[in-house]
Amino acid sequence: MISKTDSRKFKSINRRELLKLTPVLGLGAFAIPGLQGRLLKAGLGFSDWASSRLFRTGHLAPTFADSDLTPFSRFPINGYDVDDPGVDLDAWTLTVGGAAQKQGDYTLAQIQALPRITQNTRHVCVEGWDVIGRFGGARLADFLQMAGADTTARFVSVECADDYYESIDMATALHPQTLLCYEMYDQPLTREHGAPVRLNIPTKVGYKQAKYLTSLEITNVLPRVGYWEDQGYSRFYGL
Amino acid sequence: MATRAIAVEDLKTGEVTAATYEHPWVVRLCHWINAVALFVMIGSGLQIFKAFPSFGAKIPEKDLLQWPKAFALGGWLGGALQWHLTFMWIYIATGLVYLGYQVFSGNYKQVLFVPRDIPGVWPMVRHYFFFGPKPPATEAYNPLQKHAYTSAIGLGVLSVLTGLAVWKPVQLSWLAWLMGGFHWARLWHFLIMWAILAFIFGHLVMVVLHGWNNFVSMLTGWKKDPEYPVN
Repeated sequence: MISKTDSRKFKSINRRELLKLTPVLGLGAFAIPGLQGRLLKAGLGFSDWASSRLFRTGHLAPTFADSDLTPFSRFPINGYDVDDPGVDLDAWTLTVGGAAQKQGDYTLAQIQALPRITQNTRHVCVEGWDVIGRFGGARLADFLQMAGADTTARFVSVECADDYYESIDMATALHPQTLLCYEMYDQPLTREHGAPVRLNIPTKVGYKQAKYLTSLEITNVLPRVGYWEDQGYSRFYGL
Repeated sequence: MATRAIAVEDLKTGEVTAATYEHPWVVRLCHWINAVALFVMIGSGLQIFKAFPSFGAKIPEKDLLQWPKAFALGGWLGGALQWHLTFMWIYIATGLVYLGYQVFSGNYKQVLFVPRDIPGVWPMVRHYFFFGPKPPATEAYNPLQKHAYTSAIGLGVLSVLTGLAVWKPVQLSWLAWLMGGFHWARLWHFLIMWAILAFIFGHLVMVVLHGWNNFVSMLTGWKKDPEYPVN
């Protein structure tokens, strides 16, 4: 049974129904220059929060057979500045600061004295490409323990010989696949790949895996997050 | 499908036209939010793709295609990622609200393509593309429309799943594995975008062909003088 109305009432029904769509106009806030940046920052922040919730300490990144490896010659060299910042490899030390009982300079030999881990893992660049590489080094977790780091602190930040800087959350720092990497493809790290020590973090995107490390700090506050993060990239970017 | 119908009497001419309430408020709201979200997701996605417009190796890199900046959103990779990772939540939330509403209200029957729609597909194709006779309309959506919309919803779900696999190839490694790994997930994500673009193109053409009353129905819910019988 069809009910009846007249054209005037029908128009007012239609107007009311149309008005119910006004929430869509809320998206227009993204077009307002003053608000856009703040909204996108909040959106990215929400994504980062969701990322950190998705991160599971015990969940390992997929590992691969040697036959799956991208040949070393085709492993991209992605420096932000120079391929070789001219590190004096003989005099090199990693300076530990912040919330650690044994602050100070650590030599490569001390890092290499920790259990050596090798892993074939996928390296994913924020740009979208990926390669499977073979990495060797000490677990960052073991190193932090050796330095008496307060692992209840929130972040581990690093600085590099080329003025690059980065930081990661403590959960990721303690992940068993997070390495202070000094070998690739069973050879000492070459200069272009970050000699003598770089980060290898299969649970993070490439720009987090800083090269040519010079210092490391355990901290609860980050005056600056990372070279790319401070320009607008995700601060967590876990894979 | 019980569609709410009304007889509208024109106060000037006394003419009586039927009108049906075709699109509930939630569906309309989701439709328009989703339209904006898709625009942002595709625009920013194209900008993200510009950073590595390839599906092969990084070395040597073989770029597939480039397009003018006008067809990309965000200005640079970091800006595009901000848009993409913000609107993905709006896109997902809208999709969930839409699907939830359709299922619990029973309104999905209007749009879901089911086996009994199969025989009606070919006559519609013949009508649209080969000048065949127009099959009589019996409900709000004809079988070909149902097929298109059901596919589009499926593509929407797949776009989210492939996107999540690209975003979280480690934490959601099972999802990436289902798609053949991170590398393939990225390709699927890209191909699904083109499929959605193809749907949008066809959808817009049909909106133009079906005229004003049909377009208004997605704004107010009410379609005046529908093609199908109401009672």
